[in-house]
This record gives sequence, structure tokens and C-alpha cells, in this order.
Amino acid sequence: MPKGTGWKDIPLGGLILEAGNSVEYKTGGWRAFRPVRDAEKCIHCLFCWIYCPDSSILVQDEKMVGFDLEHCKGCGVCAQVCPVKCITMTPETEFEKEK
Amino acid sequence: MGKMIEIRWHARGGQGAVTAGKLLAETALGAGFYFQAFPDYGAERMGAPIRAYTRLSDSPITLHSPVLEPDVVIVLDPTLLGVVDVTEGLKENGVLLINTTESPEEVRKRLNLEGKNIRIFTVDASSIAIQELGREITNTPMLGAFCVATGLLDLNKIVEQVRKDFGKKLRPDVVEANVRAIQRAAQEVKQG
Amino acid sequence: MREILALDGNAAVAHAMRQINPDVVAAYPITPQTSTVQTFSEFVANGLVKTEFITVESEHSAMSACIGAAAAGARVMTATSSAGLAFMWETLYIAASYRLPIVMLDVNRALSGPINIHCDHSDTMGAREAGWIQIFSENAQESYDNFIQAVRIAEHPDVLLPVMVMHDGFITSHAMERVELLTDEEVRNFVGEYKPAFPTLLDVHNPITYGPLDFYDYYFEHKRQQVEGMAHAQEVILEVAREYEKLSGRKYGLFEAYRLEDAEVAIVVLSSTAGTTKAVVDKLRAQGKKVGLLKPRVFRPFPAKELADALRHLKAVAVMDRSISFGAMHNAGPLYLEVLSAQRIYGGSMPVVDYIFGLGGRDIVPAQIESVYDDLFRILETGQVERLVTYLGVRE
Repeated sequence: MPKGTGWKDIPLGGLILEAGNSVEYKTGGWRAFRPVRDAEKCIHCLFCWIYCPDSSILVQDEKMVGFDLEHCKGCGVCAQVCPVKCITMTPETEFEKEK
Repeated sequence: MGKMIEIRWHARGGQGAVTAGKLLAETALGAGFYFQAFPDYGAERMGAPIRAYTRLSDSPITLHSPVLEPDVVIVLDPTLLGVVDVTEGLKENGVLLINTTESPEEVRKRLNLEGKNIRIFTVDASSIAIQELGREITNTPMLGAFCVATGLLDLNKIVEQVRKDFGKKLRPDVVEANVRAIQRAAQEVKQG
Repeated sequence: MREILALDGNAAVAHAMRQINPDVVAAYPITPQTSTVQTFSEFVANGLVKTEFITVESEHSAMSACIGAAAAGARVMTATSSAGLAFMWETLYIAASYRLPIVMLDVNRALSGPINIHCDHSDTMGAREAGWIQIFSENAQESYDNFIQAVRIAEHPDVLLPVMVMHDGFITSHAMERVELLTDEEVRNFVGEYKPAFPTLLDVHNPITYGPLDFYDYYFEHKRQQVEGMAHAQEVILEVAREYEKLSGRKYGLFEAYRLEDAEVAIVVLSSTAGTTKAVVDKLRAQGKKVGLLKPRVFRPFPAKELADALRHLKAVAVMDRSISFGAMHNAGPLYLEVLSAQRIYGGSMPVVDYIFGLGGRDIVPAQIESVYDDLFRILETGQVERLVTYLGVRE
């Protein structure tokens, strides 16, 4: 039996009563390739931010500052659209080794 | 009324048998009766033989099956006599009311009803309709003849109902033409 | 003042809809339902209701529009028949699982093929697992009364399930009878102002999601909740019926027992045929035969215990089914299978036999119903059941 709340304690009809709670669903574990950015080369055009389907490009003061790795699924769109090719899709296995 | 009266209508699609049945039902409502009026829907089209049924009673009607043994049969179209067995199931001492130029005696002979206990009424509703309405729609004159033939409903009540019902949809002169058709048929209907 | 009108079944329901004055009606025409929404659309055109009437290109779209409108917080209704109901299949389940209190008239008509426009119950019976409450009506008056009650049943917070009200195609839908209407105000007060149970799609201050992906992690729990709604429905149906009786003087229950109490044998049959059976019961009773009738009104949720209790004293029972559950035990009808299961669980040892009748609008006449009672008495005499399932009125 999967973990979760019982039928008496969830909203009827499959309704999701709380807006925006999809952030609680961590999809980072789906990732096989992790985007790695060369900050030196980045020109902060924010193409990656526009294209990212998971809103996982972190931006502060109009500058690209990194990735939300809890939600990035590793699709690689950011690396594809980057005009200066500063993003490299790196196998997650390499980071496993680091641990 | 005493018991339930069952009526079967024979007509061709487009001649207004369903409307006549419903008009009769509404008149019965005004007279305090319980009633049912329902058509026998086939794959019908203009001109095809159709049947419709009306039940009248002074107590609630729970039967929902077609009328098999009618007390009254009304034939709106004389050409049906050779096509449909209009007397099928007609009860002893039942009423057969036909729109035809023939006399009751001629009809009795033609349908082999000699010696049978069936009351036959005829009226030339087609001519009345053409003269009064300009079209061969025989349902309203046949209702006038029905009142006389059966004595079940008051002619004035039918006239009242026609004025009320038709008045919603038709021009006043057309409504009055229907009223004249009803009254003429009531006067001209012959018993044999 | 209350009016007594000469109305056919479809017009009677159209008047119920007018008096309820729903926010949205989305419908597609299909024989023999068409005149219901046609009549209602005249009420809309004449400004008698404030309903948004949505014409659509199919029944799938009709129910989809109803679902969308209901999720947006509207009180919603529709009507259909036969192939129209079948075309709604997918969306019937969605309406029920989203717990949207939609009310629908299903005018019973056979399913194709060969193509047929006349009455049987195969359309409703095919949808019996969809999660809708199903209420059958004997005549125009019952259909009118049931439709008004359906609103309260569907919207009850312990239920929140869509309700389907049935009457027989042509036999009831196109038969003009005497129908007593409540006043507009009485109906308005009875159904009350609609207050959706949840925040709705148009409530921008409380944004919510309808219809999210629901996998093996939660789907099962949502189905379990639906069972609960269905389980509560029975008591709510009775509660609403009691209140409606106070208002109208007309009594409704889970089923109607007609001269059943001291009967030896009985027929169980739905809808208009139950009316015809009453006339047969009266005739046979006058001959001293102890016969009775049980007419289920609520088919979903099926009142198994109550029905078994009402039948327990009988010596033989015939169920009459206006549809076939192809491939089921003995290819019997769905009503038979339910009655038999109820008897198995709640006791009762009398023989129960099934009669399939009236498919595709085949006439059912009093003499045939009388023959069913004759068969039951023969079972009493001989102690033998010759056939579990009989096809009544089919040519061999």
C-alpha cells in the first residue's frame, strides 16, 4: 500500500484546494543529466529562463544565478538554447561519485 | 362516465390525429376527467397510416399499454378503410366514427359488420374542412362529430378548448373557421 | 395557485426545469428526449428563466459543458436518450468522480443496433456503474416530482453525486396525462438557492484545481469516497421524499409496494410497465388471487435490504427486465441479478425468475403480465421452476 492520506482526510472529487502546491512535488529525482553552467561565459540573456518548462532557472536582479535542482528534470532545453553554450548537461552519475 | 373509455384513432401522418387526441385530453381535463393521449409512433412520415390512443376515466389511469379493445374508433381518412382493419378489437356496442361521404349503412355493408352490435356514425368531415378551413384537415370537425356520437363530452367544451388552444397559435378567423367546422360536423353526423 | 395541466412526460420535466430555473442547461437533441429541451428552450427564449442555454454539437460536449459549468459553480441540467447517453459515457464518470451535482433526464430508449428509437432500459442500465444516482419514474407526474427532488438529492453535502431521472421513451415521454404542478414559488423554495460545496473555478480569491492527474497513489481513495456518497444517498433520498410529501401530498420511497403485504406471488418491474401491472393486480385480486407488485424507484443506490425485506414473505417472485445483461448469469437482466443478490445476502428462499420483455419498444400488454402471474402460481403448485429466464413476447 503506498504511503499517503486516507480517503476520509482528502478533499472530495480529486480537488486540489490549495493553489500552487505543485512546488511541493519534487521532480528533481527524475533527472538523468544535470545542467552545469560556466558562470564566466554566461551573458545573462535569460533565454534559459524563458524556455525552461519547469521554472527551474533561478534569477536574481535580472541575473541568472543557478538552477532549482529540486524541480529541474534535466530536459536540456536550457543548454540547447544558450547562445554562448555555457550550459553542459552532465550525467548525474558523476555527482553520485562526488558523494 | 362510470368506467374507463378507450379510443383509437386511425389517420394518415399529417392529418392531425395526435393533435385531436391531445385536444380531447385537454377538454377531458377541463371536465374533471383523468386521461391519457398517446400516439403509436412508427417510422412515420406524411401520408403513412398511423394510430393514436386516448383513454378517459373518472379515476386515475395506471395502464400504459396500447389500446387493444377500444370502446370508440375514429377514422379520419376514408381511404384507410381498405388498408387497415379499423374494427380490430372494437368492443360490443362500440362506436365506429368515420370521415366519409358514405352513409352508415354503406359502411356497415362494406366492412361486413351486418348483424354486429356496433354503432356506426359517418360524417363528411373532408368537405366540411375544405369548405370551412380551405384545407383537408379533418381533426377538428371529427371532434364535433365525436361529441354527438359518444355523448362523452359537451360540444361547447370542445369549442371552448379549441378557442383557447388554437387561439395561442392561429389567427382569430382561422380559429373561428375551426369552430364552425366542429359545429357543422356535430349537426351533419349520421348514425346507422 | 397550483395548476393541473395536460402534459406529456417530456413537457412535465421541462416545466420542472423551468420552475427550478437552473443556471446552465447544455443539451443536444435526440429522440425521444428532444421535446424536453425544445420546450425548455422556448422558456429560455421567452425569458421565463435566467438559464444560460448552451447548444452543443454532441452529447459528449453537452455533458462536458455541464461539467465545466458545474465546476464553475452553476446549477446545471441536461437531458438525453439512448445513443446520446452512450456518447456521454466518458463524461458520465467524470461528472460523478468530480462530485458535481448535475441533474439529467434520460428518456429510456433502446441502444443500437439495429437502430431503434423506442423504449427499453438498455441505455440507463449500461450506465449503472458510472456513479450516478438513478431514479425511475412510472408516469409524467412521477418524472416531474423526481426531477425536482433530484436537485436536492444531488446537492446534499453528504451525497454530491449527479442524478439521472428516467421515464419510458414514447410510452411516458409522449403520452399526455394529467400532471399537477407545484407553484413556481414552492419549487423555488424547495430546491433553495444553490450553494456549491467547494470553491469554484470562477472564484479567483480561492483558486483550486479540478481534474488533476490522480494515479495509484490517490485514485483509489477518491473512488472509496464516491462509495460513501452513494451510501449516504439512500437516507437523503428518503429525507427529501418526506419533505416533498409534506409539500405536495405525493409519497415517494425507495420503491413502491402495491398490494404486496398479503400477496403470495409478486412481480418486480420498473417504470410505466409497473403502472400496467397495477391494473393487472387489481383484476386478479378481484378474482381472489393474492398477487402484488414491487416497483423499484431508486435503482442506484440499489435498496437491497429494504427490497429483500419487502419480498421475504412471498412464495415466488418474477422480475421483469426491459434490458439484457449479455453474458451475465443466464443472460438475465440487471434488475433480476440485483434482486437475486439482495435475496442471497438478506435472506429469502422463494424461487425468483426473470422475464425479459419490451426490448426496442415491443408492446407489453396486460394479458402477458397476467401470464407471468399464472407462471408464478404454477411454480407454487408444482414446486418446479421450468426456466429461470423467459423472453416474454419474442417470436420463436
